[in-house]
Amino acid sequence: MRRKRTTKEPSAAPGVDKCPVGIIGFDQITNGGVPRGRPALVCGGAGCGKTLFAIEFVVRGATQFNEPGVFVSFEETAEELAANVRSLGFDLKQLVRRKLLAMDFIHVERSEIEETGSYDLEGLFVRLQYAIDSIKAKRVVLDTIEALFAGLSDTAVLRAELRRLFRWLKDKGVTALITGEKGEGALTRQGIEEYVSDCVILLDHRIQDQLSTRRLRVVKYRGSAHGTNEYPFIIDKDGISVLPITSVGLNHKASSERISSGVPRLDTMLDGRGFFRGSSIMVSGTAGTGKTTLGCSFVHGACGRGERCLYFAFEESPSQIVRNMRSIGIDLQPWIDKGLLQFHAARPTLYGLETHLSVMHRQIEAFKPSVVVVDPVTTMLTEGAAHDVRSMLLRLIDYMKSLQITAYLVSLSHISNPAEQSEAEISSLIDTWLLVRDLEFAGERNRGLYILKSRGMAHSNQIREFVLGPGGVELLDVYLGPQGMLTGSARALQETRDQAQAHANEREFNRVQAEIAARRSVLEAQIGSLQNKIKVQDQLIEQLVLNRQANELTGQAERRAIAASRRADIDAAGGGRGRSK
Amino acid sequence: MKPRMAWNLRLYIAGPTPKSITAFENLKKICEEHLKGEYHIEIIDLVKQPQLAKGDQILAVPTLVRRLPQPIKKIIGDLSNTERVLVGLDLRPQG
Repeated sequence: MRRKRTTKEPSAAPGVDKCPVGIIGFDQITNGGVPRGRPALVCGGAGCGKTLFAIEFVVRGATQFNEPGVFVSFEETAEELAANVRSLGFDLKQLVRRKLLAMDFIHVERSEIEETGSYDLEGLFVRLQYAIDSIKAKRVVLDTIEALFAGLSDTAVLRAELRRLFRWLKDKGVTALITGEKGEGALTRQGIEEYVSDCVILLDHRIQDQLSTRRLRVVKYRGSAHGTNEYPFIIDKDGISVLPITSVGLNHKASSERISSGVPRLDTMLDGRGFFRGSSIMVSGTAGTGKTTLGCSFVHGACGRGERCLYFAFEESPSQIVRNMRSIGIDLQPWIDKGLLQFHAARPTLYGLETHLSVMHRQIEAFKPSVVVVDPVTTMLTEGAAHDVRSMLLRLIDYMKSLQITAYLVSLSHISNPAEQSEAEISSLIDTWLLVRDLEFAGERNRGLYILKSRGMAHSNQIREFVLGPGGVELLDVYLGPQGMLTGSARALQETRDQAQAHANEREFNRVQAEIAARRSVLEAQIGSLQNKIKVQDQLIEQLVLNRQANELTGQAERRAIAASRRADIDAAGGGRGRSK
Repeated sequence: MKPRMAWNLRLYIAGPTPKSITAFENLKKICEEHLKGEYHIEIIDLVKQPQLAKGDQILAVPTLVRRLPQPIKKIIGDLSNTERVLVGLDLRPQG
C-alpha cells in the first residue's frame, strides 16, 4: 500500500479536530480530513465511488494512522468487498487478522422479515458496540445505511433510531463515515443529511458527451473552512485521488536557467541559449508542419543531458513516434530503456477532461520529470467546451510551473483559423510560442518557423526555413531577395539563378579583362616598333655627328697641308687672324 | 394445519426491556395456543452475548427467529400483532 502525504496532516484550523482520511488531495481541500469523533456523510449516485471512499477511510486509517476501523456493510458481504478492493492492493483479510479492521455484513431483506409490533434497532447498536470493542476501533463506516429503509417499513422508527445512532456514535468518540445514495432533489434518498450535519461530501459521476468525469465537493463542513469547488477525482490502481486544483497559486518561482531546445539554430534564435527552465513552450501549426518532431528533438536533447521526460501522446502510439523519429536520426528508444523517457499514450476520448488532468497529475507526480510534452493539447478540445479546456490547461501549466517542469505543448491549428490564434486560446499562459507554418509558394509547401513570442529574452524575429532531414531538424535562412521571401525549391532555384548570374558576370569580366589585355599588348607592340624606329633615327644622328667630326679632322689636316705647301708659319695662321682684327 | 415436527424458536432481546418482556409473553401465549408441546424457545440476550447477533443477522430487537422447521423465518417487533405472527410463522395461510 502506498503511503501518501501523511506528514502534512493534520493542519486543521483551531476549533475542529480533524481526522485525516488518507485520500490524496482530500485532506488538503478539507484542511485535514473529516471532523474527528463525529459522523460525516458521503453521498452520491450509484457507482460514484462512495464505498471505495469509505473503504479507503478505514484501510488508510488502519495502515497509515494506526486507527483501527469497523466497516459495516448493508450491501456487500465481507468477501465481496475484499475481492473488490484487492485490485487496489488492499488486503482486507489480513487487516482483519491483524485486528485493524472488523467487518460486519448486515443483511436486511424485507421479504424475510415480518413486522409484528414495536421494535428498535438495538441489535445494530449491539453489533456495532461489539465490533468497536473487539478491535478498539477509532473509525466506523456504515455503508449504506439507507438499505435499512428498504428492509424495514416503519420509517418513523428508523428515523428515530438513526438519530439515536448518530448521537451514540458521537458519544463513543469514533469518527464515522456514513454513505448515502443520492436522492431526487436531495442529497440522500432518505434525507439522512439532516441527521449528519457536521460534514457532507458529495461525489458525482457525470457523463458529458459520453465521457465520464468524477467530481467531489464538500457541501458542508461545520466549523471549518474548506474548499467549496468541485474537485475532479479519479479511481485507479491506487484508489481515489482528488485533485485540489485551485490550491495552486500564481506564486511559482521563475528560474533563469536556460535549456537547449534540441535544435542548435533554434537556440540561436532564442537569444542564443534556448528556453528558460520551467517555462511553458507552445508550438502551434497546421498538420504536418513538424511540431511533434520539434518536440522529440527537445526531448532527445533533454534526455541527452540526463533529464527525465514525460511524453503524453494523444495521437500516436509511442512505438510509432519512436519509429518515425528514427527516420530523421533521432533515436528515442535508448532513453526509454534507460528510464529517462516515459510515454503515456491515451486516446483523448478515453476519459473526460478532468480525468485526463488527474491522470496527468498522477503521472507527473509519480515520474517526477523535468520536461513534459503534451502532444497535442488541442485534442482535448474534443472533450469539452473551450472554456473547460482552457481552465484545465491553465491548471496543468500552473502545476508544472510550480514544480519547475518545462512544459512543451503542441497545438494543432486548422488552416481555416489564423495561425496566430491558438486553438485552445491559451496563448496568455505561454512563455515561448513557436509557430511552424506552411509557406506556400510556387506550387509547393515548405515549413517555416518563427518565434511569435518569448518572454524574457531577446529572440530573433526572423522566419527560418525548417527542414527535416536524416540529420534531424535543421533551420535554414530563408532567401530574402528583391523578389521577396523564397523557400524550398524556389529558394534553391533562385540561388542557382543567382549563381548562374554570378558566373555570367564573372565570365564577362574575364572577357573584358582579356580584351583590354590584348589591346594593351598590341599597344605595347606598337610602342616597341616605334621605339625601334627611334633607335634607328638616333643611330642616324650619331652617324651624322661622327661623320661631321671625321670631316672636320680631315679638313684641318688638309688646311695644314696646304699651309705647309705655302710654307706658311703654322702659328701665322693664328697670328694672321689676330692681325686682321 | 399442525406440523408434527419440533419447533425451534429463538428470541433475541437486548436486556430486559419492556419490549422484550412483552415479546416473550406474547410468544409464550401463541406457542401454548398453537404449538403446545412441540416447541422450544431459546432466549438470547445480545447485551450478554453480542457475538451471536451476527449469526442470525439480527438488527432490530426484539427479533424472533424460526430455526426449525426450515426455512428460517424472522419476525421483528414485540409480537403484539398475533395475526401477523401466525402468518410469519406459517401457522396460518396468508391472505
